[in-house]
Amino acid sequence: MSIMELNGGSVIAMVGKDCVAIASDLRLGNQALGLSSNFQRIFPVTDRIYVGLPGLGTDVHTLWEKFRFRVNMYTIKEEREIEPETFAHLVSSTLYEHRFGPYFIEPVIAGLAKTPSGGVKPFIAATDLIGCLNFAKDFVVAGTASSKLFGMAEGLWEPDLEPEDLFETISQALMNAVDRDAYSGWGCVVHVITKDKIVTRTLKGRMD
Amino acid sequence: MASANGGAYSYSLTVFSPSGKLVQIEHALAAVSQGTTSLGIKASNGIVIATEKKSSSILIDDSMVDKVAVICPNIGIVYSGMGPDFRILVNKARKSAQSYFKVYGEYPPTRVLTQEIATVMQEATQSGGVRPYGVSLLVAGWDINRGPTLYQVDPSGSFWAWKASAIGKNMVNAKTFLEKRIEDAIHTALLTLKEGFEGQMTEKTIEIGVVTVPTTDELEHAKTSPETGRPKPTFRKLTEEEVRDYLAL
Repeated sequence: MSIMELNGGSVIAMVGKDCVAIASDLRLGNQALGLSSNFQRIFPVTDRIYVGLPGLGTDVHTLWEKFRFRVNMYTIKEEREIEPETFAHLVSSTLYEHRFGPYFIEPVIAGLAKTPSGGVKPFIAATDLIGCLNFAKDFVVAGTASSKLFGMAEGLWEPDLEPEDLFETISQALMNAVDRDAYSGWGCVVHVITKDKIVTRTLKGRMD
Repeated sequence: MASANGGAYSYSLTVFSPSGKLVQIEHALAAVSQGTTSLGIKASNGIVIATEKKSSSILIDDSMVDKVAVICPNIGIVYSGMGPDFRILVNKARKSAQSYFKVYGEYPPTRVLTQEIATVMQEATQSGGVRPYGVSLLVAGWDINRGPTLYQVDPSGSFWAWKASAIGKNMVNAKTFLEKRIEDAIHTALLTLKEGFEGQMTEKTIEIGVVTVPTTDELEHAKTSPETGRPKPTFRKLTEEEVRDYLAL
Protein backbone atom coordinates (compact mmCIF):
# COMPACT_ATOMS: atom_id res chain seq x y z
CA MET A 1 0.00 0.00 0.00
CA SER A 2 1.53 3.30 -1.10
CA ILE A 3 0.83 6.38 0.97
CA MET A 4 0.55 8.36 -2.26
CA GLU A 5 -2.51 6.26 -3.10
CA LEU A 6 -4.11 6.12 0.35
CA ASN A 7 -6.71 8.84 -0.24
CA GLY A 8 -6.72 8.88 -4.04
CA GLY A 9 -7.36 11.89 -6.30
CA SER A 10 -5.97 13.35 -9.52
CA VAL A 11 -5.25 16.75 -11.04
CA ILE A 12 -4.62 17.89 -14.61
CA ALA A 13 -3.72 21.28 -16.11
CA MET A 14 -3.71 22.34 -19.76
CA VAL A 15 -2.57 25.33 -21.79
CA GLY A 16 -4.89 27.03 -24.28
CA LYS A 17 -4.76 30.21 -26.35
CA ASP A 18 -4.28 33.02 -23.78
CA CYS A 19 -5.91 30.78 -21.20
CA VAL A 20 -5.16 27.85 -18.93
CA ALA A 21 -7.35 25.23 -17.30
CA ILE A 22 -6.85 23.15 -14.18
CA ALA A 23 -9.17 20.37 -13.04
CA SER A 24 -9.40 17.63 -10.44
CA ASP A 25 -11.77 14.98 -9.18
CA LEU A 26 -13.62 15.39 -5.87
CA ARG A 27 -13.04 12.01 -4.22
CA LEU A 28 -11.44 11.43 -0.86
CA GLY A 29 -11.15 7.81 0.15
CA ASN A 30 -9.54 5.38 2.55
CA GLN A 31 -8.07 2.97 0.03
CA ALA A 32 -11.09 1.48 -1.78
CA LEU A 33 -13.61 2.98 0.66
CA GLY A 34 -15.00 6.31 -0.54
CA LEU A 35 -15.38 8.94 2.22
CA SER A 36 -16.24 12.18 0.45
CA SER A 37 -17.37 13.33 -2.97
CA ASN A 38 -16.71 16.97 -2.09
CA PHE A 39 -12.99 17.15 -1.33
CA GLN A 40 -11.27 20.35 -2.48
CA ARG A 41 -7.71 19.87 -3.70
CA ILE A 42 -7.44 22.85 -6.09
CA PHE A 43 -6.92 26.24 -4.43
CA PRO A 44 -6.74 29.83 -5.71
CA VAL A 45 -3.33 31.43 -5.03
CA THR A 46 -3.98 34.81 -6.66
CA ASP A 47 -6.57 36.11 -9.13
CA ARG A 48 -4.61 34.46 -11.90
CA ILE A 49 -2.96 31.40 -10.30
CA TYR A 50 -4.42 28.11 -9.10
CA VAL A 51 -2.61 25.22 -7.47
CA GLY A 52 -3.75 21.60 -7.36
CA LEU A 53 -2.47 19.34 -4.58
CA PRO A 54 -3.12 15.65 -5.26
CA GLY A 55 -1.76 13.13 -2.79
CA LEU A 56 -2.16 12.42 0.91
CA GLY A 57 -5.31 14.17 2.19
CA THR A 58 -3.79 15.48 5.42
CA ASP A 59 -0.86 16.99 3.53
CA VAL A 60 -3.26 18.72 1.13
CA HIS A 61 -4.44 20.87 4.03
CA THR A 62 -1.04 21.33 5.68
CA LEU A 63 0.71 22.25 2.46
CA TRP A 64 -2.02 24.60 1.29
CA GLU A 65 -1.84 26.47 4.62
CA LYS A 66 1.92 26.70 4.19
CA PHE A 67 1.62 28.07 0.65
CA ARG A 68 -1.04 30.52 1.74
CA PHE A 69 1.24 31.77 4.52
CA ARG A 70 4.24 32.15 2.24
CA VAL A 71 2.32 33.81 -0.59
CA ASN A 72 0.71 36.26 1.85
CA MET A 73 4.12 37.14 3.30
CA TYR A 74 5.49 37.60 -0.23
CA THR A 75 2.59 39.84 -1.23
CA ILE A 76 3.02 42.09 1.81
CA LYS A 77 6.81 42.25 1.66
CA GLU A 78 7.10 42.85 -2.07
CA GLU A 79 3.92 44.93 -2.41
CA ARG A 80 2.96 42.95 -5.51
CA GLU A 81 1.26 39.72 -6.46
CA ILE A 82 3.38 36.67 -7.07
CA GLU A 83 3.86 35.56 -10.68
CA PRO A 84 3.10 31.94 -11.66
CA GLU A 85 6.72 31.07 -12.41
CA THR A 86 7.91 32.57 -9.12
CA PHE A 87 5.19 30.66 -7.30
CA ALA A 88 6.30 27.44 -9.00
CA HIS A 89 9.81 28.00 -7.64
CA LEU A 90 8.37 28.72 -4.21
CA VAL A 91 6.44 25.43 -4.34
CA SER A 92 9.57 23.62 -5.46
CA SER A 93 11.80 25.01 -2.72
CA THR A 94 9.12 24.48 -0.06
CA LEU A 95 8.89 20.80 -0.98
CA TYR A 96 12.65 20.37 -1.22
CA GLU A 97 13.02 21.71 2.34
CA HIS A 98 11.53 18.36 3.31
CA ARG A 99 13.72 16.31 1.00
CA PHE A 100 14.18 13.44 3.46
CA GLY A 101 10.69 13.41 4.96
CA PRO A 102 8.54 14.79 2.21
CA TYR A 103 4.93 15.92 2.01
CA PHE A 104 3.15 13.24 -0.01
CA ILE A 105 1.82 15.70 -2.57
CA GLU A 106 2.61 16.24 -6.25
CA PRO A 107 1.50 19.83 -6.92
CA VAL A 108 0.18 21.13 -10.23
CA ILE A 109 0.32 24.88 -10.93
CA ALA A 110 -1.68 26.76 -13.56
CA GLY A 111 -1.77 30.49 -14.11
CA LEU A 112 -1.44 33.44 -16.43
CA ALA A 113 1.85 35.34 -16.29
CA LYS A 114 2.10 39.05 -17.06
CA THR A 115 4.33 39.88 -20.02
CA PRO A 116 6.47 43.05 -20.11
CA SER A 117 4.27 44.45 -22.89
CA GLY A 118 1.14 44.12 -20.77
CA GLY A 119 -0.32 40.90 -22.17
CA VAL A 120 -0.72 37.50 -20.53
CA LYS A 121 1.12 34.25 -21.13
CA PRO A 122 -0.27 30.87 -20.06
CA PHE A 123 1.85 29.00 -17.56
CA ILE A 124 1.58 25.46 -16.21
CA ALA A 125 3.97 23.38 -14.16
CA ALA A 126 4.06 20.31 -11.97
CA THR A 127 6.51 18.93 -9.46
CA ASP A 128 7.13 15.60 -7.83
CA LEU A 129 6.86 15.21 -4.06
CA ILE A 130 10.35 16.62 -3.45
CA GLY A 131 9.90 19.61 -5.73
CA CYS A 132 11.50 18.64 -9.05
CA LEU A 133 9.89 21.13 -11.45
CA ASN A 134 8.39 20.14 -14.77
CA PHE A 135 7.56 23.13 -16.97
CA ALA A 136 5.38 21.83 -19.78
CA LYS A 137 4.13 23.62 -22.88
CA ASP A 138 0.99 21.51 -23.30
CA PHE A 139 -0.37 19.72 -20.22
CA VAL A 140 0.67 18.30 -16.85
CA VAL A 141 -0.96 15.52 -14.83
CA ALA A 142 -0.61 14.12 -11.31
CA GLY A 143 -2.35 11.80 -8.89
CA THR A 144 -3.55 8.19 -8.83
CA ALA A 145 -5.00 8.42 -12.35
CA SER A 146 -1.90 10.09 -13.81
CA SER A 147 -1.09 7.25 -16.20
CA LYS A 148 -4.62 7.33 -17.60
CA LEU A 149 -4.60 11.13 -17.70
CA PHE A 150 -1.43 11.06 -19.78
CA GLY A 151 -3.15 8.81 -22.29
CA MET A 152 -6.28 10.95 -22.50
CA ALA A 153 -4.37 14.25 -22.71
CA GLU A 154 -2.01 12.91 -25.37
CA GLY A 155 -5.07 11.96 -27.42
CA LEU A 156 -7.29 15.02 -26.94
CA TRP A 157 -5.05 18.06 -26.45
CA GLU A 158 -4.19 20.33 -29.35
CA PRO A 159 -2.45 23.72 -29.49
CA ASP A 160 -4.22 27.12 -29.19
CA LEU A 161 -7.57 25.94 -27.86
CA GLU A 162 -10.05 28.71 -27.08
CA PRO A 163 -11.40 28.77 -23.48
CA GLU A 164 -14.63 26.86 -24.33
CA ASP A 165 -12.78 24.18 -26.30
CA LEU A 166 -10.12 23.95 -23.61
CA PHE A 167 -12.87 23.36 -21.04
CA GLU A 168 -14.33 20.54 -23.13
CA THR A 169 -10.91 18.98 -23.72
CA ILE A 170 -9.75 19.03 -20.11
CA SER A 171 -13.18 17.83 -18.86
CA GLN A 172 -13.28 14.87 -21.25
CA ALA A 173 -9.67 13.97 -20.50
CA LEU A 174 -10.23 14.04 -16.75
CA MET A 175 -13.68 12.37 -16.64
CA ASN A 176 -12.64 9.48 -18.86
CA ALA A 177 -9.32 9.01 -17.06
CA VAL A 178 -10.80 8.90 -13.56
CA ASP A 179 -13.45 6.40 -14.70
CA ARG A 180 -10.57 3.99 -15.29
CA ASP A 181 -9.12 4.65 -11.82
CA ALA A 182 -10.69 3.17 -8.67
CA TYR A 183 -9.15 5.82 -6.42
CA SER A 184 -10.24 8.91 -8.39
CA GLY A 185 -13.64 10.15 -9.54
CA TRP A 186 -16.92 10.92 -7.73
CA GLY A 187 -17.34 14.20 -9.61
CA CYS A 188 -14.94 16.82 -10.92
CA VAL A 189 -14.21 20.53 -10.69
CA VAL A 190 -12.78 22.51 -13.62
CA HIS A 191 -11.33 26.05 -13.56
CA VAL A 192 -10.66 27.92 -16.80
CA ILE A 193 -8.51 31.02 -16.27
CA THR A 194 -8.65 33.77 -18.88
CA LYS A 195 -7.39 37.35 -18.87
CA ASP A 196 -10.57 38.90 -17.51
CA LYS A 197 -12.37 36.06 -15.77
CA ILE A 198 -12.19 32.61 -14.22
CA VAL A 199 -14.94 30.11 -15.01
CA THR A 200 -15.41 27.32 -12.44
CA ARG A 201 -17.69 24.40 -13.18
CA THR A 202 -18.40 21.23 -11.18
CA LEU A 203 -19.17 18.10 -13.17
CA LYS A 204 -21.17 15.04 -12.16
CA GLY A 205 -19.41 11.72 -12.59
CA ARG A 206 -20.00 8.00 -12.10
CA MET A 207 -20.44 7.09 -8.44
CA ASP A 208 -18.89 3.61 -8.62
CA MET B 1 28.60 65.15 31.47
CA ALA B 2 28.98 67.22 28.39
CA SER B 3 32.56 66.47 27.55
CA ALA B 4 34.86 65.98 24.62
CA ASN B 5 34.47 62.21 24.63
CA GLY B 6 30.71 62.39 24.18
CA GLY B 7 29.74 61.78 27.80
CA ALA B 8 28.35 58.80 29.66
CA TYR B 9 25.96 57.73 26.91
CA SER B 10 28.49 57.38 24.16
CA TYR B 11 29.74 53.88 24.98
CA SER B 12 26.82 51.54 25.50
CA LEU B 13 25.28 51.86 22.12
CA THR B 14 21.92 50.48 23.12
CA VAL B 15 21.28 53.12 25.77
CA PHE B 16 19.36 56.25 24.84
CA SER B 17 20.70 59.56 26.07
CA PRO B 18 18.16 61.68 27.99
CA SER B 19 17.67 63.80 24.90
CA GLY B 20 16.52 60.71 22.98
CA LYS B 21 19.61 60.19 20.91
CA LEU B 22 21.66 57.06 20.34
CA VAL B 23 25.04 58.73 20.35
CA GLN B 24 26.91 55.87 18.68
CA ILE B 25 24.72 56.19 15.59
CA GLU B 26 25.59 59.86 15.35
CA HIS B 27 29.26 58.92 15.61
CA ALA B 28 28.76 56.40 12.82
CA LEU B 29 27.29 59.15 10.66
CA ALA B 30 30.33 61.26 11.49
CA ALA B 31 32.52 58.40 10.23
CA VAL B 32 30.50 58.38 7.02
CA SER B 33 30.86 62.11 6.49
CA GLN B 34 34.63 61.71 6.71
CA GLY B 35 34.55 59.07 4.00
CA THR B 36 35.14 59.70 0.31
CA THR B 37 32.28 61.19 -1.68
CA SER B 38 29.94 58.81 -3.51
CA LEU B 39 26.89 59.68 -5.50
CA GLY B 40 24.01 58.22 -7.41
CA ILE B 41 21.81 59.72 -10.10
CA LYS B 42 18.67 58.31 -11.61
CA ALA B 43 17.95 59.04 -15.26
CA SER B 44 15.01 58.07 -17.45
CA ASN B 45 16.88 55.15 -18.98
CA GLY B 46 19.02 54.04 -16.04
CA ILE B 47 21.05 54.95 -12.98
CA VAL B 48 24.66 55.94 -12.42
CA ILE B 49 26.56 55.45 -9.19
CA ALA B 50 30.08 56.78 -8.85
CA THR B 51 32.76 57.23 -6.25
CA GLU B 52 36.24 58.53 -5.63
CA LYS B 53 38.91 55.95 -5.04
CA LYS B 54 41.98 57.92 -4.22
CA SER B 55 44.61 55.80 -2.56
CA SER B 56 46.76 56.96 0.29
CA SER B 57 49.96 55.82 -1.41
CA ILE B 58 51.14 55.64 -4.98
CA LEU B 59 52.41 52.15 -4.22
CA ILE B 60 48.88 50.77 -3.89
CA ASP B 61 47.67 48.82 -6.92
CA ASP B 62 44.49 50.80 -7.50
CA SER B 63 43.25 48.44 -10.18
CA MET B 64 42.57 45.99 -7.35
CA VAL B 65 40.56 48.42 -5.22
CA ASP B 66 36.81 47.82 -5.55
CA LYS B 67 34.40 50.36 -4.14
CA VAL B 68 31.49 49.75 -6.46
CA ALA B 69 30.22 46.22 -5.87
CA VAL B 70 27.94 44.03 -7.96
CA ILE B 71 25.45 42.28 -5.67
CA CYS B 72 23.44 40.40 -8.28
CA PRO B 73 22.90 40.92 -12.04
CA ASN B 74 20.36 43.70 -11.46
CA ILE B 75 21.75 45.46 -8.37
CA GLY B 76 24.97 47.25 -7.47
CA ILE B 77 26.06 49.31 -4.47
CA VAL B 78 28.62 51.93 -3.55
CA TYR B 79 29.58 53.27 -0.13
CA SER B 80 31.08 56.11 1.83
CA GLY B 81 32.72 55.40 5.16
CA MET B 82 34.66 52.41 6.41
CA GLY B 83 35.87 49.97 3.75
CA PRO B 84 35.97 46.85 5.93
CA ASP B 85 32.40 47.38 7.12
CA PHE B 86 31.31 47.72 3.51
CA ARG B 87 32.96 44.39 2.63
CA ILE B 88 30.91 42.64 5.32
CA LEU B 89 27.71 44.19 4.02
CA VAL B 90 28.53 43.26 0.41
CA ASN B 91 29.01 39.67 1.51
CA LYS B 92 25.72 39.59 3.40
CA ALA B 93 23.88 41.30 0.55
CA ARG B 94 25.23 38.83 -2.02
CA LYS B 95 24.26 35.89 0.18
CA SER B 96 20.82 37.37 0.69
CA ALA B 97 20.35 37.83 -3.07
CA GLN B 98 21.42 34.26 -3.77
CA SER B 99 19.18 32.75 -1.11
CA TYR B 100 16.30 34.76 -2.58
CA PHE B 101 17.19 33.29 -5.96
CA LYS B 102 17.25 29.81 -4.45
CA VAL B 103 13.65 30.15 -3.28
CA TYR B 104 12.04 32.17 -6.08
CA GLY B 105 14.23 31.40 -9.10
CA GLU B 106 14.81 35.11 -9.73
CA TYR B 107 16.86 37.92 -8.16
CA PRO B 108 15.28 40.23 -5.58
CA PRO B 109 13.73 43.56 -6.52
CA THR B 110 15.87 46.55 -5.46
CA ARG B 111 13.56 47.49 -2.61
CA VAL B 112 13.53 44.02 -1.11
CA LEU B 113 17.32 43.77 -1.16
CA THR B 114 17.67 47.30 0.24
CA GLN B 115 15.31 46.40 3.04
CA GLU B 116 17.35 43.29 3.75
CA ILE B 117 20.59 45.31 4.01
CA ALA B 118 18.84 47.95 6.11
CA THR B 119 17.65 45.24 8.51
CA VAL B 120 21.23 44.01 8.94
CA MET B 121 22.36 47.56 9.66
CA GLN B 122 19.51 48.19 12.09
CA GLU B 123 20.34 45.04 14.04
CA ALA B 124 23.74 46.55 14.77
CA THR B 125 21.97 49.41 16.57
CA GLN B 126 19.96 47.21 18.92
CA SER B 127 22.28 44.30 19.76
CA GLY B 128 24.75 44.04 22.58
CA GLY B 129 28.49 43.96 22.05
CA VAL B 130 28.47 45.45 18.56
CA ARG B 131 28.91 48.86 17.00
CA PRO B 132 26.89 50.25 14.12
CA TYR B 133 28.21 49.87 10.58
CA GLY B 134 30.34 52.90 9.70
CA VAL B 135 28.95 53.24 6.19
CA SER B 136 26.17 54.79 4.18
CA LEU B 137 25.23 52.93 1.00
CA LEU B 138 23.78 53.86 -2.35
CA VAL B 139 21.88 50.91 -3.80
CA ALA B 140 21.12 51.10 -7.52
CA GLY B 141 19.06 48.45 -9.25
CA TRP B 142 16.46 47.57 -11.80
CA ASP B 143 13.43 45.31 -11.47
CA ILE B 144 10.38 44.59 -13.59
CA ASN B 145 7.98 46.16 -11.10
CA ARG B 146 9.51 49.49 -10.17
CA GLY B 147 12.04 49.92 -12.98
CA PRO B 148 15.31 51.65 -12.07
CA THR B 149 15.46 52.70 -8.41
CA LEU B 150 18.13 54.31 -6.26
CA TYR B 151 18.18 53.91 -2.47
CA GLN B 152 20.36 55.30 0.28
CA VAL B 153 20.87 53.29 3.48
CA ASP B 154 22.30 54.88 6.63
CA PRO B 155 24.03 53.31 9.67
CA SER B 156 20.78 53.63 11.64
CA GLY B 157 19.10 51.27 9.19
CA SER B 158 16.82 53.89 7.69
CA PHE B 159 16.56 54.04 3.92
CA TRP B 160 15.07 56.35 1.30
CA ALA B 161 14.55 56.29 -2.43
CA TRP B 162 16.23 59.16 -4.28
CA LYS B 163 16.26 60.70 -7.73
CA ALA B 164 19.83 61.71 -6.94
CA SER B 165 21.88 61.66 -3.79
CA ALA B 166 25.40 62.03 -2.46
CA ILE B 167 27.08 60.61 0.63
CA GLY B 168 30.45 61.15 2.27
CA LYS B 169 32.84 64.03 2.74
CA ASN B 170 31.42 66.46 0.22
CA MET B 171 27.76 65.40 0.44
CA VAL B 172 26.23 68.78 1.32
CA ASN B 173 27.88 70.60 -1.57
CA ALA B 174 27.43 67.67 -3.91
CA LYS B 175 23.71 67.52 -3.16
CA THR B 176 23.19 71.23 -3.86
CA PHE B 177 25.16 70.76 -7.06
CA LEU B 178 22.94 67.82 -8.03
CA GLU B 179 19.80 69.82 -7.33
CA LYS B 180 20.93 72.43 -9.83
CA ARG B 181 21.44 70.05 -12.72
CA ILE B 182 19.85 66.73 -13.50
CA GLU B 183 20.45 65.99 -17.17
CA ASP B 184 22.85 63.47 -18.54
CA ALA B 185 23.43 61.24 -15.54
CA ILE B 186 26.99 60.07 -16.18
CA HIS B 187 28.19 63.58 -16.95
CA THR B 188 26.42 65.09 -13.99
CA ALA B 189 28.00 62.38 -11.85
CA LEU B 190 31.46 63.22 -13.12
CA LEU B 191 30.91 66.98 -12.71
CA THR B 192 29.55 66.54 -9.18
CA LEU B 193 32.47 64.33 -8.26
CA LYS B 194 34.85 66.90 -9.70
CA GLU B 195 33.47 69.50 -7.26
CA GLY B 196 35.76 69.28 -4.29
CA PHE B 197 37.89 66.54 -5.81
CA GLU B 198 41.43 66.74 -4.55
CA GLY B 199 44.07 66.02 -7.15
CA GLN B 200 43.67 64.62 -10.63
CA MET B 201 40.42 62.85 -11.56
CA THR B 202 41.30 59.96 -13.84
CA GLU B 203 39.95 56.50 -14.64
CA LYS B 204 42.27 55.29 -11.88
CA THR B 205 40.85 57.53 -9.18
CA ILE B 206 37.13 57.01 -9.67
CA GLU B 207 34.77 54.11 -10.13
CA ILE B 208 31.42 54.11 -11.91
CA GLY B 209 28.56 51.63 -12.00
CA VAL B 210 25.50 51.89 -14.26
CA VAL B 211 22.03 50.39 -14.33
CA THR B 212 20.64 50.16 -17.85
CA VAL B 213 16.91 49.72 -18.35
CA PRO B 214 16.27 46.79 -20.71
CA THR B 215 14.10 47.42 -23.76
CA THR B 216 10.71 45.71 -24.03
CA ASP B 217 12.19 43.59 -26.80
CA GLU B 218 15.00 42.40 -24.53
CA LEU B 219 12.47 41.62 -21.80
CA GLU B 220 10.11 39.79 -24.11
CA HIS B 221 12.79 37.40 -25.37
CA ALA B 222 14.99 37.22 -22.28
CA LYS B 223 18.34 37.16 -24.02
CA THR B 224 20.97 35.01 -22.38
CA SER B 225 24.66 35.30 -22.95
CA PRO B 226 26.02 32.40 -25.00
CA GLU B 227 29.03 31.95 -22.68
CA THR B 228 27.36 31.88 -19.29
CA GLY B 229 23.77 31.04 -20.23
CA ARG B 230 22.67 33.79 -17.82
CA PRO B 231 20.40 36.69 -18.66
CA LYS B 232 22.11 39.95 -19.58
CA PRO B 233 22.79 41.85 -16.36
CA THR B 234 21.14 45.24 -15.90
CA PHE B 235 23.83 46.46 -13.50
CA ARG B 236 27.48 46.63 -14.50
CA LYS B 237 30.65 48.49 -13.62
CA LEU B 238 32.26 50.68 -16.26
CA THR B 239 35.72 49.55 -17.30
CA GLU B 240 38.70 51.90 -16.94
CA GLU B 241 38.60 52.47 -20.71
CA GLU B 242 34.94 53.47 -20.61
CA VAL B 243 35.57 55.82 -17.68
CA ARG B 244 38.47 57.38 -19.57
CA ASP B 245 36.24 57.95 -22.59
CA TYR B 246 33.59 59.67 -20.48
CA LEU B 247 36.22 61.85 -18.79
CA ALA B 248 37.59 62.85 -22.19
CA LEU B 249 34.20 64.13 -23.37
